Amino acid sequence: MGQLVYHHILPNGLVLLAERMEHVRSAAINFLLPAGAAYESAGQFGVASLLAELITRGAGSRNSRELTQALDNLGLDRDESVGTVNMRFWGSTLARNVPAALELYADILLRPHLPEEELAAVQSLSLQELQALEDSPQKKVMVELRRRYYPPPLNQDRYGQAEDIETCTIETVRQFYRQQFRPNGTILSVAGNVEWEPLKAHVETLFGPWEPQSNGDLVPKPHSPHSDHIPKETQQTQIALALASVPLTDDDYYNARAATAVLSGGMSSRLFTEVREKRGLCYSVYATHESFKTIGTLLVYAGTRSERAQETLDVTLHELRRLREGIENDELDRVKAGLKSALILQEESTSARAGAIASDWYYLGRVRSLDELQAKINELNAPAILRYLDRCPVRDVTLVTLGPAPLTLPSL
Amino acid sequence: MPFYSHQLPNGLQLIGETSPAARSVAVGFFVRTGSRDEQPQESGVSHFLEHMVFKGTDRRSAWDVNRDFDRIGANYNAYTSEENTVYYANVLPEYLPEAVDILTDILRPSLRPDDFDMEKKVILEEIEMYEDQPGSVAWDRSRRLYFDSHPLGNSVLGTLQSISALTREQMQAYFQRRYAANNIVVAAAGRFDWEPFVQLIASACSAWDHAPVGRDQRVEWRGKPGFHVLTRDKVQQEYVMFISAGPPSTSRLRYAADVLAIALGDYSGSRLYWALVDPGYADSADCTYVENDGTGTVYVSISCEPNNTVPNIDRAGEVLKDIQNHGITAAELQSAKNKCLSRVVRGNERPMGRMQAIAAAWTYTGEYRDVDTELAHYEAVTLHDIRDYLEAYPIDRDTVVAFGPLTEVRGVKGELI
Repeated sequence: MGQLVYHHILPNGLVLLAERMEHVRSAAINFLLPAGAAYESAGQFGVASLLAELITRGAGSRNSRELTQALDNLGLDRDESVGTVNMRFWGSTLARNVPAALELYADILLRPHLPEEELAAVQSLSLQELQALEDSPQKKVMVELRRRYYPPPLNQDRYGQAEDIETCTIETVRQFYRQQFRPNGTILSVAGNVEWEPLKAHVETLFGPWEPQSNGDLVPKPHSPHSDHIPKETQQTQIALALASVPLTDDDYYNARAATAVLSGGMSSRLFTEVREKRGLCYSVYATHESFKTIGTLLVYAGTRSERAQETLDVTLHELRRLREGIENDELDRVKAGLKSALILQEESTSARAGAIASDWYYLGRVRSLDELQAKINELNAPAILRYLDRCPVRDVTLVTLGPAPLTLPSL
Repeated sequence: MPFYSHQLPNGLQLIGETSPAARSVAVGFFVRTGSRDEQPQESGVSHFLEHMVFKGTDRRSAWDVNRDFDRIGANYNAYTSEENTVYYANVLPEYLPEAVDILTDILRPSLRPDDFDMEKKVILEEIEMYEDQPGSVAWDRSRRLYFDSHPLGNSVLGTLQSISALTREQMQAYFQRRYAANNIVVAAAGRFDWEPFVQLIASACSAWDHAPVGRDQRVEWRGKPGFHVLTRDKVQQEYVMFISAGPPSTSRLRYAADVLAIALGDYSGSRLYWALVDPGYADSADCTYVENDGTGTVYVSISCEPNNTVPNIDRAGEVLKDIQNHGITAAELQSAKNKCLSRVVRGNERPMGRMQAIAAAWTYTGEYRDVDTELAHYEAVTLHDIRDYLEAYPIDRDTVVAFGPLTEVRGVKGELI
């Protein structure tokens, strides 16, 4: 079955992408706007999340209740979330409701009320989210790792800082909105049982009048990552590691993905086998690759009871280093099977496809075809992966732990 | 979509729905067993056994199981609830025979002592992991308080003590008691052919034993209304649960219960959202209806800053009382139904979701419901049905449990846990 992927760039710069999926009744809508936490200035950390929460509290001709009711009436499941770089508006419902949903999104993105009287409530929610993070040690350790590993402003996140959230004014929120919400730099993707031509015409009508404005680029500042321990009285010690890899835009990206999959692809992967299956050190251990436009990172997580935490860290690091000693053919075949299968299963999900085509455009300025991705996977080979590992050796590792006692990073 | 069913002479039930437009096929083994079927001295055995199933057979070591699943790029796992233990794999159509071969093999596990001892450590880690997650502790402890002596209140994970003391022989005995062919439903959905699938299952599973398998206390349960405080000072937020009775899975009122749970406690635009989350009093306030075998339960859960706990309990109490006395409006009903319809369509679009839906329906009611029939059931819910449901299952007479740093709430001293 051939893919039906379309794209169109509006004169104001807004990118519209669509994938037609004829076998489903639903559709997913996905907006990426250049309004993530990294765009926040000092003294206003957390403003992006305040904006994301406030922006649906009234827009266009509807007040907060009317707008929520209109969205709910469409059976729309939705999420407004703040990433490091992008703010994401995601919605999913029956395909026939897409035109009406886009009309509501046009109001939200172009004509939000941002009511001052709702600010205190929104601040309270943001502060509680910070509190709740304390009750989620697995989430917290990754947040703390990113804060210490990434160069500013890429080390900023949606949680922000309590002082800044408390003192934030409505003018600061509105200013952030005016500065960051613009059609140029925004990607709208729709995947599901939708027709391209009517969709395109509708989006042009709704978003065509949106005025473009100048772009401020995110430039990472020089930075030295640092390891740290965060004391906390928990049953388990949380272990988080970060080390340099390559970004999605790099030729070695698939080699990096494959190396990550050898470590943590399926249950036969090395970390799961060595840390959990053979030694019973933990319930959860994984490695994952994440990418900004110019920086790629390998992140590793393990959570284990404190008396076994040092051994867990030692075994995990040993596995990371052992990668360079070689990758077996059978291992590589499993990695390929896993990547291929994930690619095809994704074709059944409107949300996954809406996310994937937007992500491709964000990083590459185009949508990769299924054939291209399958070819990349087929081409994977052990020598190329080892060359990548020479390029990105396991050397400068940033370690953040959360729990009763610090651990020692074994010397390399 | 074409639906098929077939029963092997040993009682193993097969069901399937084929969908030629799908890219994959999902297959699952639903064993009708969980923590409610455990004796007190074997608490946590269902979940521990679920882990042990992946440790292999005479034909496969634990490593072989993982390797064989990964070779076919399977998206596979298992989960255990109070009354179901489910093993599943989602694969590309050409790998269905391999997936079935692995699943049918591992469902007769060797339970080797070395593997048992090693996996016990992993289970203990899992218990500690959840102990560090207050939302999960609140859920587990309040269910025990609500269900009191009823086995549906049994913890799925068990405790450090019960797992430490558990022996391989106890697990073997539990397996013999619960994993008989006639206590299992095999379900498949997506792109596959029914007849060859039946052949695969029949040749792999015909030797599985048939045994008398039952379940105690499949009767409606109503917990005692009351207020309990559980204290743990290192927790940051306070977690409050309101639990009341709901209809069992076989009741036609289940649709009204689903719709009302959305009107009351959906994350967007619900009564609890406007009363608690929109004003910033609580960071979350949700309602869930859970259907069970013989009974059902409605949960309202709130998390908030500890100093807002008492006013929030009052606010939620007011909302529940108001709905109990006055029901919901026609507009609220329509909006909740629209959400239900959209979620049912989307939840059933992919083979994994569809497989789970047909298997759950069959396990609980012994019937097949196609998506459009299910949609029609939701579409048909009226305000009158909501009234009938509320009369049968009042939502304002709850077991209320507060868990968090507070040492006393409303004059009730907290039990330190």
